[in-house]
Amino acid sequence: MRTRGIGDRLLFGYVWLVLLWLLAPIVVMIVFGFNDTASKSNVSWQGFTLKWWGRLGDYPDLVNAVSNSITIALLATLITTVLGTLMGLALGRHRFRGQGATNLVMFAAISSPELVMGASLLSLFISVGLETGYVTIVIAHVLFSLSFVAVTVRARVVGLDPSIEEAARDLGATPWVTFWRVTFPMILPGVISGALLAFALSIDDFVITQFTSGATVTFPLWIYGAVRIGIPPQVNVLGTMIFMVGVAIAVVNSVTARRRA
Amino acid sequence: MSETQAGTGAATAAPALPPVPAIELDGVVKEYVARGETVQAVRGVSLSIAEGEFFSLLGPSGCGKTTTMRMIAGFEEPTRGGVRLHGQDVTGVPPNKRDVNMVFQSYALFPHMDVWENVAFGLRRKKVPEAEIRRRVGEMLEIVDLTGREKRRPREMSGGQQQRVALARALVNNPRALLLDEPLGALDLKLRQAMQIELKRIQREVGITFVYVTHDQSEALTMSDRIAVMNDGLVEQLAGPREIYERPATAFVAGFIGTSNLLNGAVERIAGGFAVLPLGEHGRVLVEAAGHSPGDAVAVTVRPEKITISTEEPAGDVSAVRGTVSEVVYLGTYNSYAVKLGDVAEMTVFQQNAHDSTTTAERGDSVWLSWQPQHSYAIGS
Repeated sequence: MRTRGIGDRLLFGYVWLVLLWLLAPIVVMIVFGFNDTASKSNVSWQGFTLKWWGRLGDYPDLVNAVSNSITIALLATLITTVLGTLMGLALGRHRFRGQGATNLVMFAAISSPELVMGASLLSLFISVGLETGYVTIVIAHVLFSLSFVAVTVRARVVGLDPSIEEAARDLGATPWVTFWRVTFPMILPGVISGALLAFALSIDDFVITQFTSGATVTFPLWIYGAVRIGIPPQVNVLGTMIFMVGVAIAVVNSVTARRRA
Repeated sequence: MSETQAGTGAATAAPALPPVPAIELDGVVKEYVARGETVQAVRGVSLSIAEGEFFSLLGPSGCGKTTTMRMIAGFEEPTRGGVRLHGQDVTGVPPNKRDVNMVFQSYALFPHMDVWENVAFGLRRKKVPEAEIRRRVGEMLEIVDLTGREKRRPREMSGGQQQRVALARALVNNPRALLLDEPLGALDLKLRQAMQIELKRIQREVGITFVYVTHDQSEALTMSDRIAVMNDGLVEQLAGPREIYERPATAFVAGFIGTSNLLNGAVERIAGGFAVLPLGEHGRVLVEAAGHSPGDAVAVTVRPEKITISTEEPAGDVSAVRGTVSEVVYLGTYNSYAVKLGDVAEMTVFQQNAHDSTTTAERGDSVWLSWQPQHSYAIGS
């Protein structure tokens, strides 16, 4: 085997430095979920404990906020995935009047600052007389994640060989059967990654949610409110749990991707 | 062939009806509108393909051959004209309701299904009982020599194997006709030649009408019973492989199929059953007299392998032209000569490298080229 040159060693060191940089905040979050702190502020290490994992219910409004975040994310993901998949199919497969405008609006939605979108959504809801709350949060989340799903699905659709669907038709499949047996399974990876993206965008969104929430509190909004009086370790525990779910999804995804390749 | 079959029924009192063609195109036109302009991809094609025939649509890319096939399959609707399958008008019938199947250029296998499910797809759509599906798919995989690979995914197979899956997937449905769109285009030469023989064997075995789209003239000549040579949305010639090669109907066909020499001249006189076309100091060309009269301007073709090279002026009723060898290319089984007839033409001549070949010309040699009159055809220009 070739001995490593100085360049390789530098690169190796650099990679670890980047990983450390990215992981450090997450490690701190996880570790302080096990901190045996007595005061309201959870910033200095006081010793190891598991008690916070058993005392998640200490703050009922925190539990409520987390459950809001999860149900909003699930609902928004469901709606976004259905609408975004249909949009992606239309944009990737057909030529139609208004296509350029649709692309432009989608790009605008992706690139516009959250602050702008949040403020404009709020004024929209006020002007149409819709009371802000749970429903408006879901509407807002669908709006800002729709473009991401549509773009992901469109990329998948564009890469498809159209003759595969023609082959299905040729072999006697109706358009409906062709979609469910052939088209949908082939674009499914794009639909899944679009859905995961929508979920990830929704569950930790703060800025737009702040504008459109009314009296409803989500997990990020609760943490923001708690900052002034000190964040309890339960937040770290819940953050760790959400992170674990994310890691699990990523692991499952990469394992199945490897098996398919 | 089919006429003799129809005539064998001795007891039939009524005159036997001519068999219904498998596929009929009736003045089919296909127009597209691109950027406000109407483009005609197919400009009026009428043809009739008999049951059990191996029929090729041959032509360069953009000649309308694939569009023609897609109108038979039902992926395109003709702007004008009609398509009949076994005597039934199918204009407006969607592809899933037409009793023909297609093999796509890209194979178009379902990537998320294994070989077995790919082949069974058509039968499942027709709600064929499971036991029959098992039997027919098994048999078909045997015919294309893929038994034991049922669980493979398309991407785990070679191009040749994918090709055979595509063929099996179409044939398992017992279609009334099989449409093949450049099915061998993605294979390398060796495999392509093997698959040509294989395709012909399968066609004989299953007895299904094959319609074969290709731009490869040797492929069409090897496999077809009849060939329609297409150019610019029209059929230039429709005939058997031998006639297409030996008697090209137009300058396009002569140039597209194999190598051909083209000479332009005018008929000077009719003598001894031949029309004589003088080429000035470069000699003269003879063609069979039928249909020509003095003064006609004609274009004449002759294949390079029909020409003999000699140093002496040949005698007898042959076409004989004189020129200078400008290029000699050694090609293994034969030599290719380029011979310049002044400014009149440059002719290509193939000469077999037989063991007794004595006439080998060198670059710069002045030579005579001669060929039998029946090897030249006056074509419409």
